[in-house]
Amino acid sequence: MNNRSLVLKLLSAVIVFGAWEIAGRIPVSYAFPTFIESMKALYTMVVDGSLFQAYAETLKPLIIGVLISAVLGIIIGLWIGLSEWFDWLFSPIFIVMQAAPLAALIPLLVMIYGIGLTSKVFVVCIMAMPVIVLNTSSAVRNTPSSFIEMGTSFLANRWEVLFKIIIPAASPVIFSGLRLGVSAGFIGAILSELKITPTGVGDIITYSRSIADYASMYAAIFSIIVLAVVFLNLLEMLERVLFEGNVRGYASD
Amino acid sequence: MLQTNALAEDTVLTQTDNAVSVSGVSKNYGEVEALKNLTLDFPRGQLTSLLGPSGCGKTTLLKIIAGLLEPTEGKILVNGSPVTGPGEDRAFVFQDFALLPWASVIRNVAFGLELRGVAKSEREDIANKYIKEVGLEGFEKSFPHELSGGMRQRVGLARALSVDADVLLMDEPFSAVDEQTRRKFQEDLLALVANENKTFIFVTHSIEEAVYVSDQIAILLPRPSRVADIIRPTGLREKDVASIRRDSEYLDIVDEIWASLKSYVE
Amino acid sequence: MQIKGVRLPGMSSLLLWGLLWEIVGRTGFSFFVPPLSEVVKTLFEIIGTTAFQKALYETAYAFCSGVFFAIVIGIPTGIMMGKNRLIDELLLPWVNIFLSAPLTALVPVLMVLFGFGMKSIIITTTLFAIWIIILNARVGVMQINRSLVEMATSFGASPWAAFTKVYFWAALPEILGGVRIGIIRAVKGVIIGQLLISLVGFGALFELYSNNFLMKHFWAVLVVLFALAFSISEFLAYLERRVSYYAAKR
Repeated sequence: MNNRSLVLKLLSAVIVFGAWEIAGRIPVSYAFPTFIESMKALYTMVVDGSLFQAYAETLKPLIIGVLISAVLGIIIGLWIGLSEWFDWLFSPIFIVMQAAPLAALIPLLVMIYGIGLTSKVFVVCIMAMPVIVLNTSSAVRNTPSSFIEMGTSFLANRWEVLFKIIIPAASPVIFSGLRLGVSAGFIGAILSELKITPTGVGDIITYSRSIADYASMYAAIFSIIVLAVVFLNLLEMLERVLFEGNVRGYASD
Repeated sequence: MLQTNALAEDTVLTQTDNAVSVSGVSKNYGEVEALKNLTLDFPRGQLTSLLGPSGCGKTTLLKIIAGLLEPTEGKILVNGSPVTGPGEDRAFVFQDFALLPWASVIRNVAFGLELRGVAKSEREDIANKYIKEVGLEGFEKSFPHELSGGMRQRVGLARALSVDADVLLMDEPFSAVDEQTRRKFQEDLLALVANENKTFIFVTHSIEEAVYVSDQIAILLPRPSRVADIIRPTGLREKDVASIRRDSEYLDIVDEIWASLKSYVE
Repeated sequence: MQIKGVRLPGMSSLLLWGLLWEIVGRTGFSFFVPPLSEVVKTLFEIIGTTAFQKALYETAYAFCSGVFFAIVIGIPTGIMMGKNRLIDELLLPWVNIFLSAPLTALVPVLMVLFGFGMKSIIITTTLFAIWIIILNARVGVMQINRSLVEMATSFGASPWAAFTKVYFWAALPEILGGVRIGIIRAVKGVIIGQLLISLVGFGALFELYSNNFLMKHFWAVLVVLFALAFSISEFLAYLERRVSYYAAKR
């Protein structure tokens, strides 16, 4: 069973990368290098260390932005979930933010904060925060009422209800909000490097495009996508291990 | 601790043999009258069932006694003192078990004691004792999702027992478990009532279940909600648990209750 | 939220925030925050200009085409994955990868392959929307109640009839859910595409306004854009609620 799915995954990868290789050899476009050329370029960048330097640069706004969004987002989300008044006041803003194309704020952020790290951190934050806030608040609001009744009937005070019941009960959904926030943060980090100033991986992409070194450009894009997907999948696996019992076994018997 | 217990027993002896008494309780949700001027006594050491069709307010009444809901009017006395909120003298068993899915069986059972600030080793000793008593020995480290529905409710029961409250409030505790498990539970419950010196208030919508386990059955009717009748099966407690269901008194009471409830079933 | 028993409507706090914006704008706190009233005034001024209408038209065109391709390709692909295990196992890893991949990174590739114009923006929009549509259509088909399928077979439904009369409808709530999220992503995709290829639509407009520090104009466009995006997502949520009644009963 497991063998079959592994074989099929490999097969599917071979088909796609094979198609890429063939399309590159025809070539379908002067700007479409083959898979092997791109992987060679990637190898060169790994060996001469330029890729790691680029990532050190790219990940800086991403990590800072995600950390700020996580701390602020969870606090605001908890508050919105607990207080009806706060919910009325702040939920609409995050609901609009969630639906709106916030990328449009980038030119404004650049005008206000310039082209440095601050702007990039801001871009990551506005992308990552809404989903963290909304997930946290809805998780808090959806704490099963019998859990809270149970706590109250066994004489828990408000803080015990919050820390021993509501937060643990909400943590799987909060965590998946964080994962989605990281995912949106990746989009923001790359967007800001492509739009604001080319640094890090964005610099490799922009520079190699300008000198028509398409293999390096594709290699850089390939690497960032692989990095994001691997990291997010790791988070998802961690989520499954951490909250094993929380999700299962309660829907129905 | 010892002193207050002695004091409590003292007042009890002089005052009444009712562990809980509800007088003139009404509960309105906006326009809707969930309970209207309801008065009912719960004798100490006995099991009283609240039986009635859905929507008759039996769970509402139970939650008011538990202090989870506030009555619009009227008052509730537990051991002679008025209820203002949840208290150490009552413990609740939930219909959907309300077990914390992230906590092991032992932590779930000890959770009531944890909230009361009992030290970890002490509360785990107590929890272990009740885990054994409800027949879950060996499952201390398991998590709720690893247990069957019946076992989960045993955890809920052990949690309620471990805080050693005088009054156990049970909200349709067996409705979410299968029929065979429920029968076993009912037998165990009879043993529990006989052995533990506690007062049980038991909400159910099953006539057979009510007659089988109760010393006193309060029949609640809806629109407006009220106590329609109080039935005290007299001869069933002396019978062997296995033969109750064939007893003529049991069958007569079941028929009688069904006759009075029939017209309220849609 | 209730005040003295009167229920305040859900989004009414936005009025309060608008008021706050107006006050902050009037104090002259920052050059970058003009008062809301001025922004609205500017909005009515630029709404008639050809530059704005061209941007709106181009964006709408790119958005609608992108969503069209995402739906027309996405739903059948998802249904096929739900019904055929081999196709599912071959495609699912890729769908999952692109669902979580930062698709922004692909825009430069689209630019060199398809030029700095409309085509790249449409493809960006489709790429943002399509993966979740595929995934939801797949889930919708996979979790169709078995007894519904057996019912259709036992009444002698042909495969085509079973598909059009049972499968599609039974999976509809999930499919629509996917389309809704897909469209919200498409809104973001079309704007990201235009920002990076800033020769078309609102991207060009933003470039123009921000280069000339026309703050009122810039905010006016933002307000229109956010209001449109929000209306689209609320409208879709409304549609989804209309069909959710039978999703609940399964």
